[in-house]
Parts: sequence; structure tokens; C-alpha cells
Amino acid sequence: MTALHRLIRDPRLFWGGLFALTLALSLFAGDLAKDIGAKWVMKFPKPLELPLDKLISAAMKWLLEEAAIGPLSFHAVTRFISALIEAPYLAVRGLLVDGLQRGQGSYAVQILPPLSWIAVTTIFCLLAWRSGRRGLVGLVGACFLYLAVFGRWESAMATLASVLISVPMGVAGGVALGILAFRHPWAERAMRPVLDLMQTVPVFAYLVPILFMFGFGPTAALVATVIYAMPPMVRLTTLALREVPEEVAEAGRMAGCTRRQLLWKCLIPTAMPMLMVGVNQVIMLSLNMVIIASMIGAGGLGYDVLTALRKLDIGGGVEAGVAIVVMAIALDRLSQAEARRVPGTGRGGRLVWIGLAVILATSALGYVLPFVQTYPAGATLTTGTIWAQAIEWININLYDHIEAVKVAILIGLLLPVKGFFLGIPWAWGIVAMGLIGWRMAGWRLGLMALLMTGFIALTGFWPEAMITVYLCGVSVFVAMLIGVPLGIWAGQSDRANTVLSALIDTLQTLPSFVYLIPVVMLFRVGDFSAMIAVVAYSIVPAIRYAAHGIREIDPQMVEAGIVSGCTRRQILWRIKLPLALPSLIVGMNQTVMLALSMLVITALVGTRDLGQQVYMALTKANTGQGIVAGLCVAFIAIMVDRILTAAARGMERGEAGHG
Amino acid sequence: MDRPVMLDCRGVWKLYGPNAETFLARHGAPTAETLRAAHLVGAVRAADVTIRKGEIFVIMGLSGSGKSTLVRCLSRLIEPSGGEVRFEGRDLLQMGEAELIDLRRKRMGMVFQHFALLPHLTVLQNAAFPLEVQGIDRKTREDRARAVIELVGLQGREGHYPRQLSGGQQQRVGIARSLIVEPDLWFLDEPFSALDPLIRREMQDELLRLQARLQKTIVFITHDFDEAIRLADRIAVMKDGAIVQTATPEELVLNPADAYVAEFTQHVARAKVVRLATIMAPLGAGPFAGDLPGQARVGDVADAVERADLPHRVLDEAGQPVGQVARQAVVDVLIGREVPR
Repeated sequence: MTALHRLIRDPRLFWGGLFALTLALSLFAGDLAKDIGAKWVMKFPKPLELPLDKLISAAMKWLLEEAAIGPLSFHAVTRFISALIEAPYLAVRGLLVDGLQRGQGSYAVQILPPLSWIAVTTIFCLLAWRSGRRGLVGLVGACFLYLAVFGRWESAMATLASVLISVPMGVAGGVALGILAFRHPWAERAMRPVLDLMQTVPVFAYLVPILFMFGFGPTAALVATVIYAMPPMVRLTTLALREVPEEVAEAGRMAGCTRRQLLWKCLIPTAMPMLMVGVNQVIMLSLNMVIIASMIGAGGLGYDVLTALRKLDIGGGVEAGVAIVVMAIALDRLSQAEARRVPGTGRGGRLVWIGLAVILATSALGYVLPFVQTYPAGATLTTGTIWAQAIEWININLYDHIEAVKVAILIGLLLPVKGFFLGIPWAWGIVAMGLIGWRMAGWRLGLMALLMTGFIALTGFWPEAMITVYLCGVSVFVAMLIGVPLGIWAGQSDRANTVLSALIDTLQTLPSFVYLIPVVMLFRVGDFSAMIAVVAYSIVPAIRYAAHGIREIDPQMVEAGIVSGCTRRQILWRIKLPLALPSLIVGMNQTVMLALSMLVITALVGTRDLGQQVYMALTKANTGQGIVAGLCVAFIAIMVDRILTAAARGMERGEAGHG
Repeated sequence: MDRPVMLDCRGVWKLYGPNAETFLARHGAPTAETLRAAHLVGAVRAADVTIRKGEIFVIMGLSGSGKSTLVRCLSRLIEPSGGEVRFEGRDLLQMGEAELIDLRRKRMGMVFQHFALLPHLTVLQNAAFPLEVQGIDRKTREDRARAVIELVGLQGREGHYPRQLSGGQQQRVGIARSLIVEPDLWFLDEPFSALDPLIRREMQDELLRLQARLQKTIVFITHDFDEAIRLADRIAVMKDGAIVQTATPEELVLNPADAYVAEFTQHVARAKVVRLATIMAPLGAGPFAGDLPGQARVGDVADAVERADLPHRVLDEAGQPVGQVARQAVVDVLIGREVPR
């Protein structure tokens, strides 16, 4: 009894023992089971699997075909929502891409042209000008010129139309729900778990049921985009309203505001800077999702990338990818400038007239001089061949080196880890997760981990889940290995901080889809490519939180170290790193979340994890499978999040290493 | 001649913690120990305050003494756990939402410690805000706002935004905003605490100047005893949520109720609070150097009394001579000898 007690209390014994046991089981249990003919040890018995996916599929089918409240069928509701979204979308699309048309499809006759490329570029430059920053005008102008010059105009405008429709919807919905949560505690209690789940369920998993309900096309894509981009707005709205100083609310009440006046005249305007941060997030998430949603018919730039990837058209892929990047940067910087704009600065009124004048002038001129209306196809540039040649050159000259590195990492890192995770018998996996959860944060988390892992085994996705864990684990390990030293460097040197901040800001702006392009070009498909893409996408929080952790250290602590005669190395290892550890763990947590979300997208480059299951469900419109596999990913994310949060909290309380 | 009562509060309690209201209803007047046993915090305990029309009533206490909570109970920004608050005889705590809003729109104004200006509005719009929420048209409300902005000495800055102003200027906007509805009851919650000492003094003078002109009923919260005796007609000293003593500055200094109040008063220069009426001798036959009001503080008239070889006559508020004061009595106060009463 005392021996068991010691085993549990002593952290080294507990974690060492757990790892040794798991390793031993992973190495030998498989062969052992084969010898005694107990196949169920490694493979979850088929008859016991929960046919959850079939149940969900059947339920969805029932919902769509038979469910009704009185005379109002569910199908009618989805049709109504479709129509509600489609009308404004078609209007904006008409404005930007198609022009005003009469008739349908290929018989359509254009009555009025869409906004000319000059007009759109000018409008966005004027928006930039409004913020009063000259540099921004140049940047935005250059971004839109790129889209025109490299022949991406139409796709870019289609994407822009989707963003322009989904952002107001996402913001309005988010603000409304956020206000509800702010006013009524019960609403917040009800919403929090849903929001948690929504932020961890992989993006593809959203697409499957929506595709099923709304059919293939831009409407489904828009619905998915709005749902995906809304949660952060809900959270930020509640938070921003809470952060308004109590005195401001009291001043409003003493002035005799009604509840409504208090909200709209005092609280919301005071919270506006933070709400604008939320708007920026909605814009970026919408763009990210619109790109991904090209798989269910959103069209636009995402579709260009997707077709280029399928055709292995290197130049086309890179240029469309850069177009996405360019658009993301323009929208991000514009919305950030707008968020930072303080009342009483910038320029207003007259700009509207300038904008209108340009629209009218270019539209009129466009009838006479076609190049004013549409950027002439003859004048477009393409760097496609250059990219193709560059990749070809790399493949010819550096192929051996790249291949050597790839094989070394595959054999030295990826395959052993993969073998380790796949070798773990499912039953032990469940027990081990339960133990870890219990050790980190008590029996509640232990039970939750036990149930969630058990759910994964029951669904029959155990091997896929293990591949997800392995790829995610390796990627996070590499991301931390590169990101933490960079972050420490940025935390200690201002110059490094400036450079890395610019890099991080750009990396964070890019839609996840873009990361696949160079990876596939250079490393082709497979686990290694997936790992590189995941690392590139998820490294940002590793760097950011490490730098933050180092910077936040009380300078007196460092001074105490200097006075005690520490060398620089000792100060780093003995003072700074231990103090920054909780921040590092939080960074790792964020890295894991980003890695999981990216991992699902890397299904496109041929991994065999849960993401692949979701992707397959998407192509087959198999709702049940998509939702169940998506839930598995969400459960993994939730478990990791809770365990790492508990670890960071324990460390801040100073329990690290003491047990 | 007592002035009419504007705000009367009897036995007001504010408890924080689980089931505070039912606990209070059951226990009536719990002690500090029973509160602690029930895991409740007594932010305001059995406070009695009577505020009369036209006076400056200061509530003084250190941080955590419950003074800000009390003033919020008086304005019903927070709901007291128990007790009674009457505004001109009407029960404030029984008022419905609409009635309360109407009362705040027409009769009350409040100034806040950290100004609580709206960042997206200009000085003019901030000052006009209480009229805006009443739905008064732009021209009327902006004319009125210009008038109050001039009253607080900020003319020329109507188009500025709060963040372009210094702390003192921001608080002037806060004052202008609270005055625009011409309130009868004016709450000032530590209005000068966030300001630098020099500015603070200037703003106190400004407040006295405004009060001389407007004659509002003022409830003023502060943690600064010097500020309290400078401004107050009467002071309520709070400690741990309870009111320890309510008195004029002079009474407070001369007769502190307990050791806690005495600790504040012992370093106060007597001449700043003691009035001539308190130290005057019975009226003699004369001759006299001149007449002085009995309400005058010793420090303010010390120079005149000390210079004169003859005593001064002391007049009461009606202008009738009631006593006399000579050099020695003033010197006694100035150098801090025990004052006879």
C-alpha cells in the first residue's frame, strides 16, 4: 500500500512508470496478443463498435425529409435560410463579379457591368486613406493591383463577396449572442460549452452537416463560414462589455438612461475598440473559412488553389496562394487600422463623394475603353513558369538533400513515434488517459478523459485517432523546439522582437490552406509534408508566448540574480526559464490547438488520421461519419486543453516538481 | 432654523455574500461576528444619514470603509440589503424603474472619481449626454451644454475628446455633465482624489465658488480629512461600514466621538475649523474695534483681531451682537492651547 502511495505521490516515479509501462505494452503487447490469438487486444472488436455514425446519418435524413413543426417542415426552414443568405450574396456578387444580369446561366445577358477594377481598388484605397495612414494606402493599392495584374481579379472578387456577406452576419450574430450572455448568466452558462466545442471541432466537420442540409454551393459555404467565424465575436463581446468601467455604467444610469440607452449609448461605444478587435478576427476567420469552403462550392481563390493542387500546377497554385495572402494582408491591416482609429481623427465625408465619382466615371468610361472596366487579359503577368522552373531546379539539384533530410526525419522521428502510438492497446490507452487526467487535476478530469477516450475507442476510430495524436505530438514537439528558442531570443532582444513580430503577424494572417502549397510542391504528399505544414502553421503561439513569458518577468528577479553573481547562462536557465514556464505551457496549449485544426486540413496531402475520415465523409456527404470523426478530434483537443491548463495552473501555484 | 430634509436614510445595510437579504431579515441588526460566521461582508452597516437642503454633506472614510457603497445606496445605484431611503419624503427604494429614471433625469446629478466620460463623445456631447437620453433636441441641449461648459471654465474646448484633456479638465467635464439637468441633489464620489494635489486645491475652490452660486444640496465623498473640513457643513465619519460620528467640522475637531475620529482630528489646525461664536466672551460695554460674524473661522479673521487693540463685537446670523472677542482668545486658538467651551 505504501509502495503504491509513493508511486503516485512521487512525480518522477509516476510519470516514469506510466511511460515505461506504456512503452513496454506498445512494444510487446501486439506480438503477445497475436501469439495467444487475442486479436481484440489491439483491435477494438467490431461488434462492440457503436454505430453512432449510422444513427446520426439516419437522424439527419429524418430531419431533412420528415421533421416538421406543424405545417413548417425542417426542409422549408433551411430553404428559407438559404434564400435569406442568397439574396444579399447575389447582390454583392453582382456588384463585384457578374454585373446586373437578366436571364439564367449561360443565357444571361449583362445589363450593367460590375464595379470596375479601378473603382474597387480606389474604394479600398480610400478606406485606407480614411484611417490617415499613408503607408496603408500604398499597401492596399499594391495588394489589389497584384490581384488585377496577375489575373486573379474575378476569383478574388468572388471571395471578397463571400467575406463581405459573412462578416456582417457573423458580427451581428456574435454581438447579439454576446449581449445575451452579458445580460443573463444562464445564457452564458448555456453558451460556454457550445462555444468551447465549436472552437475545437475541426473546420471540415462543420462542412459535412451543412453540406447535407443546404446542398453544394455558395449558400452552404456562407452558412459554414458564418457559424465558424462567430464564436470569437460572441466571447469578445461579452468580455468587452464586462471590461467597461463600472463608473461609466453608473454615470449612464445617473444620467437617466433606460436599459436600452445604457447599452447602446454607453456600454457599446465604450467597448468599441475591443469589439473592433473582434470584427478583425471575424474577417480573418471568414476569409480562412471561405477558402476552405471552396470544397463545398464557395468558388473564388480557394477553388483556384484546390484545382491547382489537384493538377499539380505549381505556378497556378503559388500565384493563387499569394493572391490569398495578399488579400488577407490587405483586409487584416485595413480592419486593424479601423479598429485603432480613435474618434475625432481621420477623414470622412468628402471621401464618399470621391468614391462615387470614381465609380461613375470608370463605369461610363468602361463602355468606351474596355480596359478601364476589366483589366486587359493581354496585360496580365504570370510568374507561373518561373515558379515551375524554380521548383524543377530545386527538385533536380537539391532533390537528394531534401530527400535525405526527409528520410532521416521519417526514420529517426516519425516512424518510431508512429509505431509507439499505434502499438498501444486501446484498453490501456483509455486507462492511461484517465490516469493522466486524474494525476493532473483530480478525479473529475480523470473521469472525463476516461469517457472521452472510451468514446473514441467505441466509434472504431482508434487507429486514426492514434495517428492524429502521433502527428500532432511530433509537430508540436518540433514547433516548440524551434519556436521556444526564437521566442526567448525575441524576449531578450528588441531587434529580434521587431523582426519576429513582423514574421508572426504575417504568418498569423495567412489562411491555413495556403501552407499546403509550398509543402506539396517541395515534399509531395505524406506524413512528412503534413508535419512541415502543421509546424509552420502552429509555431506562432510557441514563439509569442515564450517571448511574452520572458518579457513579463519582474526585472527585480533578474537583478537579484545579477547581484547574486549569476552568469548570463545561469540567469536564463535558473531564473528566466523557470519563471516563464507557465507561459510556455499556455503557448504549447495554443500550439496544440492550432496543430489539430491544421492537421485536419492536411488530410488533403494524404495523411491517414481522423482528418482524412472527416474529409472522406465530406466527399461522400456521409454526415454521421463526419460528425463522429469531428467529435473525436474535438475530444482530443478538449482533453489536451484541460490537462495543459491544469499543468500551467499547478505550476503557477508553485507545485512543479514538488508533487 | 432647520432647513427642510432633502434625503433621509434610516438603518441602511448593504451585505455581500450568500442570501444576504434573508439573513438580514432574520437577524435584524447582526454584529460583526455573526456576519463573519455567515460568510457575509457588511459593506454598509446600519447607516443613518439626514441631508438637508442646501448643505454640503461630506461622507469621510478610508478606503474600504463603505463610503462609496453608501453613496450608491443613497442614489440607488446599488440596491441596499435593508433599511429606508427617502427623497423628499418619497420612498426611493419602492420606486419603479420608470419613476427612478425620471427622478435621475430631473433631480439628481453625480460626479465620479475617474470621471467616467464617454470616450467617443466630445466635451460638448459628453456634457449634453443627460439631455440627449431625455430626447431633447440638439439645439436646446447644445446651448445648455455650452452654458455649463462655460460655468466650469472650459469654453473653447467644446470640440475636444476626453483623452485630449488633462485630469482636472476631464473632471470639469464630469461636473458640467452632472450639472446640466440642474439637479437639486448633487452626488460627488471622490471627485478630486484622482487629481494632483495642486489641481485638487484649485478644484475645491472651484466647487465652493459653484456652490456659492448654485446652492445645491451636495453629498460629497472623500478619504481626505483636510478636504472634508474645508468643504463640509457637516461630516459623517465612516469606519468598517458604520458611521462613527456625524457633526460639523468644528464639533468633530473639538469633541471627537472616539479614538478613531480623534486620530484624524488631532493634526488639524484648530484655527481652520473653530468659529468666533465658539470662543467669544460675553458682550461687554465697548468700545469695539469693529463687528465680525460669529460664523467666521478663527483663522480667517485672526489677523484683524490680533492687530486691533480693542476687542471686536461678534454678530449672530441675524446681525445681532451676541458677544465679543479679543486678541488673547484668538492667539490661544492659533497656538493650540486647550479651547474653553
